[in-house]
Amino acid sequence: MLLIDLQAEATRQLTICNACRYCEGYCAVFPALEIRRDLERGDLVYLANLCHDCRACYYACMYAPPHEFGVNVPKVLSAVREETYSRYSWPRFAAKIFARGALWTILACALAAVVIASGIALFAPDHRLFGVVLASGSFYEFVPYLTLVSVFLALGVFVLVATIAGALSFWRDTSSPLRDLLNLRALRQASRDALKLRYMRGGGDGCFYPSDQPSPHRRIAHSLVFYGFFLDLAATATAALMQDVWRVMPPYPLVSVPVVLGVTGGVMLVLGTSSLIWLKERSDTVPSSAGMRLKDYALLTSLDLVAITGFLILGLRTTSLLGVTLAVHLASVGVLFLTMPYGKFVHFGYRYLALVQNALESHQS
Amino acid sequence: MPPQVTADVAGAPPPWRVLSTTSPIELRRFAAQPWDVVVVGSGNAALVAAITARKTAQRVLVLERAPRHLRGGNSRHTRNIRCAHESGDDFTPGAYSVDELCHDLQVVGGAESPALARFAAAESRTIPQWMADHGVRWQPALSGTLNLSRTNRFFLGGGTALINHYVRTAESAGVVVAYGAAVSDMLLHDDRTVERVALDTLDGRIGISTRSVVVAAGGFEANHDWLRRYWGAAADNFLVRGTPFNDGSALALLISLGAGVVGSPRGFHAIAVDARAPRFDGGIATRLDSVPFSIVVDRDGRRFADEGSDIWPRRYASWGRLIADQSGQVAYSVYDSQAAKHFMPSMFPAHTGNTVAAVADEAQLDGARLEATVTEFNDHVDPDGHFDPSALDACTTLGLIPPKSNWALRIETPPFHILPLRPGITFTYMGVAVNEHAQVLDRHGEPFTNLYAAGEVMSGNILSKGYLAGFGLTIGAVFGRIAGQEAARHAAH
Repeated sequence: MLLIDLQAEATRQLTICNACRYCEGYCAVFPALEIRRDLERGDLVYLANLCHDCRACYYACMYAPPHEFGVNVPKVLSAVREETYSRYSWPRFAAKIFARGALWTILACALAAVVIASGIALFAPDHRLFGVVLASGSFYEFVPYLTLVSVFLALGVFVLVATIAGALSFWRDTSSPLRDLLNLRALRQASRDALKLRYMRGGGDGCFYPSDQPSPHRRIAHSLVFYGFFLDLAATATAALMQDVWRVMPPYPLVSVPVVLGVTGGVMLVLGTSSLIWLKERSDTVPSSAGMRLKDYALLTSLDLVAITGFLILGLRTTSLLGVTLAVHLASVGVLFLTMPYGKFVHFGYRYLALVQNALESHQS
Repeated sequence: MPPQVTADVAGAPPPWRVLSTTSPIELRRFAAQPWDVVVVGSGNAALVAAITARKTAQRVLVLERAPRHLRGGNSRHTRNIRCAHESGDDFTPGAYSVDELCHDLQVVGGAESPALARFAAAESRTIPQWMADHGVRWQPALSGTLNLSRTNRFFLGGGTALINHYVRTAESAGVVVAYGAAVSDMLLHDDRTVERVALDTLDGRIGISTRSVVVAAGGFEANHDWLRRYWGAAADNFLVRGTPFNDGSALALLISLGAGVVGSPRGFHAIAVDARAPRFDGGIATRLDSVPFSIVVDRDGRRFADEGSDIWPRRYASWGRLIADQSGQVAYSVYDSQAAKHFMPSMFPAHTGNTVAAVADEAQLDGARLEATVTEFNDHVDPDGHFDPSALDACTTLGLIPPKSNWALRIETPPFHILPLRPGITFTYMGVAVNEHAQVLDRHGEPFTNLYAAGEVMSGNILSKGYLAGFGLTIGAVFGRIAGQEAARHAAH
């Protein structure tokens, strides 16, 4: 859909919502809509990113298709969100390359894994891709410490810069002064709403996935992914501390802070991403946009790959398959990092900012 | 997975898939064994009856003639219910006694049967708890409806969500719901007892045996032919706010079986809706809120009624009928950019122009005539009036006929706007006579043995003129519950 058409269509549907208002009790989107009489593009972007896609409004709507009014708020807002992701990505051209579906993600991982594996075979000491590293050694016998750290540090900085660039232009377009981002009260409220996934309660009983009946599945699965991801980040951070501050070199024993955090986070990630994929597979596709589905699957697959290959490393670290597994794992982490600023991953930033904006608005009124 | 309701499936699916109706084969299977209770309709009253009946009856079948996505009749479009309560709570702050509810009924026009009205008001006290126990969720009164917050409870998500909760509860209790199942006849034994209901399907007529029947299938407001009998050609210009399936076929069937009739055939509730609304099913979003902040002219550009006579919600109830009485059943709400901010935005954009003549042209009205009307109105606005959109402000016209007795502001700040209005019928009042057991009565007041009615099809026993927001659902829930109980009890004998 052309952007102009998308904006017109979203405005058409939300104008009907604003004349109806039955969904006011479900989430923050509808009360936020009601205080806006004319919808500018920035308003649409804000409302779209405030939407948590719980579908409560769709199943409660007497104007949902096949009604001639064709009101399908989850779908049109998800199309606007999708447009947001590419519009605010930095650099823009990279979005065209990296914003792809799950299949592309898997292929990219495979390709990257081959490159890394070849690198190991070419440059590792003894060219031993299939060598066995016993307790004494570490991954650094395959990939030198400096290479590993500098590549992923560079990727990390890139993700950070791209994310901040996106967030700033998002905030500018949703037309709030920059200093409002420092409003502690709003930040606290938004953080509470985000951490609890408040708007995945669908007005009480949960999101309407996979059928037209509310259930807590999606909220639980999303929480597993969210907190699993942070546990894995924490695992990486503590591993870095142990290695670079306390000079304890990996591999770490099973009962150690990084491994326990990593395993817990990994289990949560695998469970969470797999159940989100499972839910998505079984859900009605009418209240969703095709492009967003692609992006959803891409991110879920990417996270799933990272977590699963992480476990493979743990399981295979004393075998001759470690080198290959490591290559695959590093590839999947690299692809996740590279696609982060262009795919579904960015939703967390925009949604958080929308929640901040919403907290600001509700404090004002 | 719910059945897909759109046709975007590969190949050519059978019609009951596209329309999400129950297949004739399945309907025939339903006919193989007798049912304890058959409920006709799937709105609030019908589903309350079915859920209640299932508590004691084994086999309960709901026959909905609409496809699945249009199930729930007019209840799909509702949003609140008016029930008496001794004390306030999170959703309805403040008490609302049975006496006050009866008084409110009296104020809007009085009950056809005061005894049944009082009975419904008293029974209403237990309805919110019953609904909550059967899956319904509440929300605080919607914005713009604060005047209802003490008396009415709002369903979270509105009426369609209400119906979804009910169907979920009913189906998990073992009630069977069939869609696209239109009851065309009932076969009586000894003139008083229904033995079978007949369905006309693509695959011929199917007879379903049952021990009792609850009819909760709405009024006849969607049947323009029927309306034409009482309204003549004007009926063709009435827009129907709710389901196109309320053509009154069940009501007509009951009357043909000898049921007593209550309520005036011309009785209906209608409000002003946007003239560009669809002929059916436009619901709440097509309602226009502009009347008190504008002047309303007929198609000749002349005012015909006091736009500022009353505050919400009674002004809604009167304007449908006022417009129905104008030539062409159309009227135009004219206002300026100052007034526009005082009412809820409309779904369709207003005609707009920088002069009154220009906007009249847009709306295909006589510009000179409308300018004269606006000038005359402006000249009579009391210059000392104090405008207050939230109350009857006595900001009035002086010496104008008809007057505008509140919110009379000069129409002078461009751009000017016009919204075209038509009568939008919500429901009709005429129905069948019932007793306190929800039994349908014949013309002599004698009950049928196993035939019950609930909802709009019998609400004329209680409310046959005037309108009390949310009370139609109260009648439906109260009589649905009684009909379900009584029908199940009869089936057990």
